[in-house]
Amino acid sequence: METQNRIWTTFRKKPMALIGMSMLAVTLIMAFFAPLLAPYDPNERVDVTPSDILAPPDARHILGRDDAGKDVLSSLIYGARVSLIVGFVSSFFSMFIGTSVGLAAGYFGGRVSNVLMRFTDFLMVIPDLPLMLVIISVWGRGLWKIILVISVLYWTYTARLVRSQVLSIKERQFILRAHALGASDFRIIIRHILPQVMPLIIAQAVLDISSSVIAESTLSFLGLGDPTLVSWGMMLNFAFERAISRKAWWFLLPPGIAIVWVSLAIILIGNALEEVVNPRLKTHHLFNPRNMVSLAIGKPPLVEPESTSEVIP
Amino acid sequence: MQRSDYLIRKIIFALATLAAVVVFNFFLFRILPGDPVKLIIHSPRMTAEAQERIKSNFGLDKPVWFNQEGFQEEGISGAFDTQFTAYLRELTKGDLGVSFSTRKDVSELIKERIWRTVVLVVVGELLAIFIGVILGMVAAWRRGTSLDTSILLYGLFTWAMPTFFFGIILLIISGGRFPIGGMVTPGLKPDDGLVYWQDVGRHLILPTLTLTILYLSEYMLIMRSSVVEVLSEDYILTAKAKGLNAFQTFRDHALKNAMLPMVTIIALTLGYTVGGAIQVETVFSWPGIGRLMFDAVQKRDYPVLQGTFLILAVSVIIANLIADLLYAALDPRVKPD
Amino acid sequence: MNTLEVHDLSINYLTNEGIALNAVDGLTFSLEQGRSLGLVGESGCGKTTVMLSLMRLLPEAGRIVDGQILFNGRDLLQISERDMQSVRWKDISMVFQGAMNALNPVRTVESQIVEVLQLHNIIDSTRDARKRAGELLELVGIPAKRGSQYPHQFSGGMKQRAMIAMALACNPQVLIADEPTTALDVMIQAQIIELLEKMQRLLGLSLVLVTHDLGVVAEMCDDVLVMYGGTVAEYASSDVIFNNPQHPYTQRLLKAFPDIAEPGSDLASIPGNPPRLDNLPPGCRFEPRCHVGKGEPICLKQLPPLVEIEPGHHVACHLVKGV
Repeated sequence: METQNRIWTTFRKKPMALIGMSMLAVTLIMAFFAPLLAPYDPNERVDVTPSDILAPPDARHILGRDDAGKDVLSSLIYGARVSLIVGFVSSFFSMFIGTSVGLAAGYFGGRVSNVLMRFTDFLMVIPDLPLMLVIISVWGRGLWKIILVISVLYWTYTARLVRSQVLSIKERQFILRAHALGASDFRIIIRHILPQVMPLIIAQAVLDISSSVIAESTLSFLGLGDPTLVSWGMMLNFAFERAISRKAWWFLLPPGIAIVWVSLAIILIGNALEEVVNPRLKTHHLFNPRNMVSLAIGKPPLVEPESTSEVIP
Repeated sequence: MQRSDYLIRKIIFALATLAAVVVFNFFLFRILPGDPVKLIIHSPRMTAEAQERIKSNFGLDKPVWFNQEGFQEEGISGAFDTQFTAYLRELTKGDLGVSFSTRKDVSELIKERIWRTVVLVVVGELLAIFIGVILGMVAAWRRGTSLDTSILLYGLFTWAMPTFFFGIILLIISGGRFPIGGMVTPGLKPDDGLVYWQDVGRHLILPTLTLTILYLSEYMLIMRSSVVEVLSEDYILTAKAKGLNAFQTFRDHALKNAMLPMVTIIALTLGYTVGGAIQVETVFSWPGIGRLMFDAVQKRDYPVLQGTFLILAVSVIIANLIADLLYAALDPRVKPD
Repeated sequence: MNTLEVHDLSINYLTNEGIALNAVDGLTFSLEQGRSLGLVGESGCGKTTVMLSLMRLLPEAGRIVDGQILFNGRDLLQISERDMQSVRWKDISMVFQGAMNALNPVRTVESQIVEVLQLHNIIDSTRDARKRAGELLELVGIPAKRGSQYPHQFSGGMKQRAMIAMALACNPQVLIADEPTTALDVMIQAQIIELLEKMQRLLGLSLVLVTHDLGVVAEMCDDVLVMYGGTVAEYASSDVIFNNPQHPYTQRLLKAFPDIAEPGSDLASIPGNPPRLDNLPPGCRFEPRCHVGKGEPICLKQLPPLVEIEPGHHVACHLVKGV
């Protein structure tokens, strides 16, 4: 609990985290309050005249209209839902699968680890997008199918991460003590090892969310999104086919920008989290040594304590 | 624990993965509901000849993977008289089936287009690696400065940007100064010599730029952290103690160590690069394998899908193996884990 | 002229927030040619910092703020970094603690020795340099042909010996050895010590031995400098330190080491902890743990100066007779 508090307080102070969280908050609000925020309902049939197709922005349609004459802004707002749902749910599933595999492989070692890790390596080697394309093409389109396909391919990093962590924790004193006291494997894993690994898992899971969002938008752009739902990727699919020649930037750019917005928000959060949980080296041996000898060598010492520093004692 | 064990392990793994991919490739297209092959074969667009070809290729008159009757009549050899073995047989002959939509041989289509993707990917990757490595070194050197921070932000940004959208952005920005689609201006042929190739080159600019700009950030970030990590190792202090200056220390002790993870990363991101190629070829209508796959998805052209997936997966697996071998050649410490 | 003379060396470390913490204060000693000095103290007393500063190899946060380091009369703190690079290894070289990673893992051991030979223009031709590297390895008991192997193929003791060979390649006047025997098993320890002694005799090497192991010091060192909390506690010849220690810390330190000659005596550890750099007392740094001066007003208020109570015997303590 204490570690979690410490992580949260450090995290909270990082500018990257704050920016990311505000950006994400905007998107979440968009998604939750879509019916309230969107001026029109994207699913509603609209009577359109030819001049409405790809109409440029005006007072009644701030982002203009799309290739079917519908309001771009409304679709944009509703599109947030698909991206966020796919992102969060896929990442959650991946986290679950990856953690289980990693824990088992790391803790039990030997045969179990070999089999699990070979399988993980196998999945990692196969190129992601082609595999997803092929599976969805054959299986069919649909939100849950996309979520599952993404989950099933994106757990590998977490698994490797967890396994290597478990390997290093496994030999520590408190684990050996638990063994000696007769604790069952399951108990040791869940109560002693998992809490230690959790921060890293969460940091990775957050980054996975952005990968999932991008994966979904890519699949949708390539024509494999859920046809019953509005998603940014699909908007781009239509826009690319129809809006480019007509130079309808209002339809072409906003969905893409939205995707980048959400991904970036999550990446900033994930990155800040990772920095807290897994701090990287700040210094190395190859620095400029000019400050090392601070007595006068023909130049004034560069780091003389002023008001900013005190010498003790 | 010999180094040769490591190499053998890796080769066996690659072969096993190849085998698994082949098997998977077959079953994916047969097992899932609404067996697409059966559906399409009755499509009126198929000529009788093509239908026969497909029937024999896929062995559709036979059971999928285990032939009960055949086993009873002829024993083991009969058991294997199945669609699966038919598939394998065709595969060894280099026959990947016939495209549903164009009625051409899938292998022909792939052969025609593969070099175009290779050019795109290789040029894009090489540039990305080269620039990425250099920027990474610079960032590590100047870590903590504003240059380092901008480089980090660049990395974060490109990570959030879907490849296809960046392609679209470049398309819009370039505003016609570069060719925006296709491989060559209509009318030019390879016979036209240099003019043709220059034209191809100009068409290559935007798609390659898309890949390079996005993918170099990964290499840059990895190189940066690799360099920082290497530079904090004890042997760097030893090098300093020996009287080497910063440049000598970096060149003779840090560089090689820092580059090692790069080999692994390049291998790891190859799958990602292939995905990027698909997107870029789609956006820029670059007629390579990626575009072929995209078109096949639109048209539900399963043989083409199956064939391109196989080729792409196999390429990545082999490339990964080469990277593993390369790593072993560079790092004297390598042994199986 | 002494080979090495250090006067009033003071070193700070800067924290992330820019606050300067004092790690070493007023360090003074001298080293004659061919003699060896043991630099002793607990972990964190500043001995590694002193050692690194002698070659100006402090980490990024380190600042040498006062003092002189005279090598054959030349103040190393007054020369440029460039000039310092010529001094390093050629005149003063170093063997690091636990040579686990002190050798570059992707280069052969031999090539790393050849490197220094060529860098300092001892030998120019690679062929001859390789030969010399082989000779150096043989000198430390490693078969020459193993030079073409990589560090990970060497055992811990071999790596340490290879580091010594490399450190001696340019025939330096001073060799600084940082905990050369820690993390090695006892048999290897003995070998290393023997090796260092042999080198000293053969090459007339001056040795600075940084260690917390008094046994090694007793065996090898002519003089001993005992450090506590970044300051000198006591500095005298080895005989005097072991037979007539005056500083309370030195006395306790000696008691903390088992003496084979008196198997029944108690091992006395010193209660308490070394001072934290961000919380240094204004007076004597040992006062909180001192069995003689704890609570004494003068010990609380003033840093004891280093005083020569008899020729060659320096003590920094208010309460020692003769001060």
